[in-house]
This record gives sequence, C-alpha cells and structure tokens, in this order.
Amino acid sequence: MCLAVPAKLVECETGEALVDLGGNRLRISTVLVPEAKPGDWVLLHAGFAIERLDVDEAQRRREEIAQLGAGEEAS
Amino acid sequence: MNQPLPDITHALAWLKRAAGRLGRDATFMEVCGTHTMSSFRSGLPSVMPANVALRSGPGCPVCVTAQGEIDALIELADVAGVTLCTYGDMLRVPGRTGSLEAARGRGADVRVIYSALDAVKRAAREPSRQVVLAAVGFETTAPATAAAIDMAERLELANFTVLASHKRVVPAMEALLAGGMVALDGFLCPGHVSVIIGAEAYRPLVERYAMPCVIAGFEPEQMALGLAQLTQLAAEGRAELINQYAEAVSDTGNGAAQRLLDRVFKPGPARWRGLGWMEGSAMVLRGRYASFDALKRFGVQVVDAPEPGGCRCGEVITGRARPDECPLFDNPCTPMRPIGPCMVSSEGTCAAWFKYHRTPAARRDETLATNEHK
Repeated sequence: MCLAVPAKLVECETGEALVDLGGNRLRISTVLVPEAKPGDWVLLHAGFAIERLDVDEAQRRREEIAQLGAGEEAS
Repeated sequence: MNQPLPDITHALAWLKRAAGRLGRDATFMEVCGTHTMSSFRSGLPSVMPANVALRSGPGCPVCVTAQGEIDALIELADVAGVTLCTYGDMLRVPGRTGSLEAARGRGADVRVIYSALDAVKRAAREPSRQVVLAAVGFETTAPATAAAIDMAERLELANFTVLASHKRVVPAMEALLAGGMVALDGFLCPGHVSVIIGAEAYRPLVERYAMPCVIAGFEPEQMALGLAQLTQLAAEGRAELINQYAEAVSDTGNGAAQRLLDRVFKPGPARWRGLGWMEGSAMVLRGRYASFDALKRFGVQVVDAPEPGGCRCGEVITGRARPDECPLFDNPCTPMRPIGPCMVSSEGTCAAWFKYHRTPAARRDETLATNEHK
C-alpha cells in the first residue's frame, strides 16, 4: 500500500499540480509538498505528492554503489 | 564495450563479500509490503548468500488490520444510504459476513478509490449519500486521510466520515524486539513510511535494542545494497542507522505531512493481527474531528473477533512462520479464494509467496491436477 512512484511536476496551482507520469498527465495533490514547483520530481502515493526527490542525491548513491561494488571485487 | 556493470551486480558482490566475512547466519526483516513484493518479483532471495535471510514483518496494512475492524468495515458498508470508499486492497478481505466485495454483491455501494480526495469529492457531489472512507495504511497513507478530513471540514460536508485504521510502523517493530518474538540481526526499514516520519524515527531501535537499521528504496539494487550494509554491520557487530534512500528520506521527514497528521490525529491504542493490543500504535482522531468518526456516526462497534480457523497470518506477519508452513497455504487458501488477509492483499507475504515462490513440485502437482480435471 505504501507504493509510490516518481513523477515530474508540469504545472502547479495552490495545493494541486499536473504531473507527467510516463507520458500520462494526472492531477495530484501537493498539500504535503507546499514548496514544490514545476520541473521538480516528486514521489507520488495515492494521488498525493509525499516528497520532492533529490535527483543529485540519487546520482551520488549510484556512483557510491559502483565504487563499493568495484572495490569489493578488486580486493 | 566497456559498459559499467548494473548497480545490482555491484550491490550483490558487496552483499556476498560481507556475508563471507560474517561467517554465521543472519536474519533481517523488512516491514513494508512493497519491499515484500519487490524482493519476490525480482528473485532477490534466490541470489542472496545462503547465510543471509530476509523475512517479511508487519508491513502490509491490510494484513495487520484486526479481524474485528474488518467486520466493522463491512457492517458500515451494509448500512442503508452509505457509500463506502476503499483502496482496492481491502475489497476481498474476508469478514464475518463475507468481504466488501460480497457486500457489494448484496447491494452495498462500495467504491474503489485511488485518492482519499476522491471520496471527499464524491461526498460533495452526492449530498444525499453518506460517504465513508476506509482509511487503512501506515504513515505513508495517513496524511492523505488527514488532508481529506481537512478538505471535508473546509467544505463543511456533513456526509463524510472515515473509519480510521491508520497504524504506526515503529511501535510494531519495537514490539517484535521487546517481546523477543523473533531473533533478528537488523531491519530493512520501509522507504516510503520513512519519507514521512524521517530517518531518525528508528534511532530508539538502534540505541535501545542495538538493532542495525538501514532505510532502503524499493528497486532490487536498492534492497540488495541495504542488505549488504546490514550484513556488514552484523559482521562488524555495529548497531547503526544508515539512510540509503536519501534522495527521498530526510532525517526529520516531511514536516508539512507531520503537522497535518498531528492536527487531525493523536497516538492511540490499536489491536494488530498477530501482535495484539499496542499502546500508541495507531492514529486516532482528535476530539475536534470526532464528528468525522464513522463508527460514532453509525453506532458501529469494533468487536474482537476470532481469526479464521487454522489461519497463521498472525505468525506470518511477525516473521514467526513462513507462508508454506501454514496448513491452509495453497489448499484451500489461494489468491482466488483467500482465507487470510496475507493471501488477499497483492502485497501480502502469502500472495507474494504463492505467485513467485512456490516450489516447482507444487506447481507441477497443480498442473497435473488441472489436467486431470479437464
């Protein structure tokens, strides 16, 4: 039930936004992420954006995994 | 030619290495239905080192809902003039008088919704109906219910109520440890609950119970990475809190969601399937919002009810039994005719096990039986 998927905000109004979800446009609630703005990636759960995603952080994690995995294999 | 290896390869290499260093068996627990499903669907258990096991805990909201509450929900659906709005997962859970689906079959108005706000909009659109929202779920879903109540209040709707069954994950995790119910070496903490409550919410488990906690996302590589970190912590005998889902989870969580939750709900006691009564494990409506309580409005009582005979869901969701150790598993309890909630919910451990993890022998027997009946 706690399933949430990343979606990109296209248009924002007060408390609501239009998101792009794999090419589909969906109207969602943004009352839980009041500071969200168009272009932001959010986690979408049951019609609500529950958090803004930090895309740079996701990239850092990927790089960290690659390093750790590679280090493990080499050692 | 020189393409980087996929993340999962690196994460599994690390997990394997840490498991080798551990030199003993370790059991970790996830407490999120989405983790359950992701792990089974990806086949993660089949590529994990033999000495590392991942068990499912009380992470499926439908599965932990006590039988009495399910009965009350179905009773509400049967009240004349009520339109019951529910998330799809709840539809087929068997109660004393059948499921919500069965109630719909005998004329109850049961609607599956995607968003809690859909229920409020329906109430605004149909003032002659009493709209009841079946509000099940952990901290991830509860803010949506709070937002729905807030919206209904602002619209001054007199025909919108909720059956609030929202539960808090950390008290359940703590109960497992405090009761010594299962021997665990660490928790793979639920990513999306953590989005709301924040990474630091697990700190007491780490400090009080010396329990390693790693917050992980839901992709197979994120889970494998989380398990690698847990295994490494176990090998080094360190109890630490690691947030491996920092792109979505902050230390303190979603402040706006927490403020909304705190305005509408307060911590209260609840009965959980498999865990019994736990103080502070539920979110109950604050006095100011008592008029939105469906049980009060329709005079429905939650009565303690026995779980289905032979059903071991309570042990499955607390990591004390594997689905295939239940005498009902696969026969007669199947996703087509579920007996316990763990087989109903798409993210229940039994449903996941049935779909992805039955032994080749069990599947072969089934094929033979099907052919014989043709």
